[in-house]
Amino acid sequence: MNWNALGDNIHGGEILLPVRRTYIALTMLAALLLNLIPLPQWLSSAMPDFVAVIVLYWCVFQGHRVGLWPAWVLGLLMDVADASLFGQHAAAYVLTAYAGIFLHRRIQMFPMSFQIAHVLGILLGQQAVQLLVRLVATGDAPDMLYFVSSLTGAALWPAVVGMLMLPMRRRQKSDEV
Amino acid sequence: MQANAPPIFNRGPSLTTRLAFFFVLSVVLLVADARFRYLEDIRAGVSVVLFPFQEVAALPADLMTRTGDFFVAQATLSRENDQLKRDRILAGADTQRMRALEAENAQLRTLVHATPIPGRSRVVAEILYESRDPFTRKIVIDRGSRNDMQPGLAVVDHRGVLGQVTRVFPFVSEVSMLTDKSQSIPIQNVRSGVRAVTFGLGHDGAVELRFVPASADFQVGDMLVTSGIDGTFPAGLPVAKVVRVEPSSASFARIHCTPLAGVANFTRVVVLGPGAAHPENPIAADPPTAPAPPTP
Repeated sequence: MNWNALGDNIHGGEILLPVRRTYIALTMLAALLLNLIPLPQWLSSAMPDFVAVIVLYWCVFQGHRVGLWPAWVLGLLMDVADASLFGQHAAAYVLTAYAGIFLHRRIQMFPMSFQIAHVLGILLGQQAVQLLVRLVATGDAPDMLYFVSSLTGAALWPAVVGMLMLPMRRRQKSDEV
Repeated sequence: MQANAPPIFNRGPSLTTRLAFFFVLSVVLLVADARFRYLEDIRAGVSVVLFPFQEVAALPADLMTRTGDFFVAQATLSRENDQLKRDRILAGADTQRMRALEAENAQLRTLVHATPIPGRSRVVAEILYESRDPFTRKIVIDRGSRNDMQPGLAVVDHRGVLGQVTRVFPFVSEVSMLTDKSQSIPIQNVRSGVRAVTFGLGHDGAVELRFVPASADFQVGDMLVTSGIDGTFPAGLPVAKVVRVEPSSASFARIHCTPLAGVANFTRVVVLGPGAAHPENPIAADPPTAPAPPTP
């Protein structure tokens, strides 16, 4: 597998500062917290799966440092929090991380609209895995709004990219004065 | 920086191998959980780790409710207060009547040598959140095995039956609502006395009665209460209201109901303690001759 790290800190022609592991961990915990915020049922089905989006983000932009295991651990936490089957989110998030690392070069090179299309595809795939798991294991089927969360997740992508990149930007004006 | 050095040399197993490892691990967990229910202890452990996060995540909603409470207008408060006082007087009168009836009932039961109906303990619990899992209808409450919660306990709010405790962790418990697909509650029609069972449909605000003969006496607007024959729910708790009766061509009617309890407006529920143990099923004592119950 060829996924060397050359150019991982270059995005859109901009050279970024190296990322601290604590920063990655903190953003993941923040996403977990966002997922745990209690919401009314109609709203929660439309909310993006923040953890899936963050896992995908770090796997696309720092795949060689993040790897698959954080996705798996976060998946287990979400399984317990959501009262779903043990391993359901874990399997889905691991696949999300794999897709992110596998496609990271392509996604990084694309303009935002193509990035969003890729992210949408991966998030839908991730939800489809969970749906498949539930159909096989218990025969449960969700309602129509199930896949809306992928749409909102993909719509969130530009904001996530913009926000998480901020602390990694070099300060432009530090050389002046 | 060591971590940023390009991995020219092979570093551990390939990505696909690692994917396969984690995926197989997840599938093993899934099978162990779905088929054998082996993992409840691990789940409880993870739940303890997760508990502080859940508390923190619940803070914004708490804060919003509190600030909302703070800025409520005086007029609204006094109106609400008046209403509550009136309700309290009415409820007090009802309670007194109920006490008298209970005493009378106990006396009558001793006269006919029937077993007394035991009282149940009640625990007030806060709803932490509704599960995001779109496949099920579950809520998580802030009472766990430390507060003597156990699977199977009935959960009600002030309007009626909400569901049943289905999984207990040290600090929190999961409650399956009666709209969950796995939930069924034996009920009785208050008007006609006909017994049936409600089944959750997996979405909010609706349950249905199944296996009810088309000739059974159900009308729109009928009130359904727990019949108490399951031993989980005490008899007489309001459950649902009939909203539509479809006499189908088959011999069974389709009866749609709306549950009376709801989590949308409330943050507190009451968990009822365990009732008396049921006597042994005399048929179950003789397994070879007992036919298997039909599975729907």
